Formats: sequence, C-alpha cells, structure tokens
Amino acid sequence: MTGKIAIIGNGESALAFKAGGVDAFFADDEKEARELLKKLARTYKVIFVTEDLAEKMDDLITRMLEQPYPAIVPVPSDKGGSGYAAGKMKQYAEKALGADVLFGNEKRSK
Amino acid sequence: MARLNVNPTRMELKKLKARLQTATRGHKLLKDKSDEMIRRFTALIKENKRMRAELEAELSDCLGKFATACAYSSKEEIDKIFSMPVSNVSATFAVRDVMNVEVPSIEVSETKSDASFPYAFAEMTSEADYSVEKISRLVGKLLKLAEIEKTVAMLAVEIERNKRRVNALEYIMIPQIEETVRYIKSKLDENERAATTRLMKVKDILNA
Repeated sequence: MTGKIAIIGNGESALAFKAGGVDAFFADDEKEARELLKKLARTYKVIFVTEDLAEKMDDLITRMLEQPYPAIVPVPSDKGGSGYAAGKMKQYAEKALGADVLFGNEKRSK
Repeated sequence: MARLNVNPTRMELKKLKARLQTATRGHKLLKDKSDEMIRRFTALIKENKRMRAELEAELSDCLGKFATACAYSSKEEIDKIFSMPVSNVSATFAVRDVMNVEVPSIEVSETKSDASFPYAFAEMTSEADYSVEKISRLVGKLLKLAEIEKTVAMLAVEIERNKRRVNALEYIMIPQIEETVRYIKSKLDENERAATTRLMKVKDILNA
C-alpha cells in the first residue's frame, strides 16, 4: 500500500519540504490548519505539521491516535522548535510508565 | 469489599469458582502483556528521543539555510522554482502488529534524487543547494521517525488501557469473587450444621 506524504506549515518551512517531494499545504492560522488536517487525514498517510501549529491542534491530533494512519509528526518550523514534540513524548512516557523516567533527568541537569 | 448478589447455592458456588479461575488466568495474561508492552515501549521511546534530537537539529539547520536562500530572491521566483519537487520519496505503508496493537510500518524505498536542481545555479544561492539536497535525505528519516512516534503514542494509549484492565481484575473482580465464594461456603456449612442439629433434636424428641 503506497500513500502520500503531506506537510502543513506556514510559509517557508513548508516550501522546503516541497523540494523534498512532500506535498505542501500552507496554513497561516489555527483555523485553516484544522480544516486542512481534517481534510488531509483522509488521503495522506503521513502528515508533518510544524510545531507551532501542532501545539494549537493538540486535541485533533490526539483523536487520530486510534488508527495506525495517518501518522502526524510535529516538525520544527523555520523559527525553530517549540518543544511541543518533546513535551508530547514526556506525556506518553508518563502515561505508560506511570512516571517520567526518561526525560526528567535531563531537565534537572540543565 | 462488597460481595456479589447471588444465592448461596452449590450451583452458584461452582459457577463462581470457574469464574475465579478464568479471572486469575486472565489477570496473569494481561499482566504479562503489560510487561512486554512496557519493555517495547521503553526501547522505542529511547530510540525516538535519540532520533528526534538528531533530526530536529538537522532540520532546523536545513530550514534556516533555506530561509536564508529564500531571502535572496523574490517571492514569485521562489514559488516558481519550487513548484516542482526535486526528489521523490516513495514509501510503502503497511500495518504491523505489536502485542495486538495495530501500528504503522513504513518502508522507505530509495529516495529518488535526480541530483539536478530545479533552478539554474545563477538564480539561487548555495544555501538553497545545500538545504534542498539535505531535505531530500531528511524526508526518508522523518518517515522512520513518524513510524516510531506513532507506535510510541499508540502503545502508550494501549498500555494505559491494559493497566486499567489489570487493576480492575486485581482489585475488584478477583477479591469480589473470592469473598462471595467464602460467603457461600460458610452459608452452606451453616446450613449443614443446622440440619444435623435439627436431626439430633428430632431424635431426642422421638426417644423421649
């Protein structure tokens, strides 16, 4: 089964992905991004979303966890990452293991 | 612990004992499942952390360079240049089964990159060359990350669900059944003793 890959991003970061053979969709605000994500979830297998947008659509992304596809991956935008993805991983670790044993140490040492 | 609302009869006792056995076996199985899932989860999340740190650094660098490149040219030019993708990533998307959780499995087939850039070298700066080439390579890795990250997320949800089941069995179902079994047993014993004393009494009356 072959599928397609998309990116939802703002401006240049999405354009860069387009050069790499990913279908790029532009969204400037949260509302547009939400609409896009809902629409794209039906046809695309992997959807990259820039972190700043992903942060705002957290509820929508969480809802898509039940199915193996689409996989939604937050990526840093051209302005750099917001730490959303790392926070998400921490959350999963806490959920599954009861305590965060992987990411906690890092913060303390900083 | 509240006991179940059943009649204290031998039949119920038999039924409950069978249920208790099933519940205990189920509990053991679920607990083993949970252990195994957590083991896999820990390995995956470590892998994910490592990959993400690596990719995010590369991607930030790449996007930064790209932004610089874009700044040198006008918006229209950029749009025109990148209207066609340089490379094409083809991947196979399948579903894998991890402890009865359906997770994505993405197989990245060779990234086709026809080394030529979609623009003349005179039109763009070298930063663009660099970032375009790099992003083509990055997409493949990002797909792998997508697979791992989704697996981690789905496993986390499943582990939590499983934990609930295990706890429900361990702390509610099993003690409840055990208590009820005890109750029925004592009730039946009581009845038996009552019958014996009754018989003795009747015998005494008859003999007198």
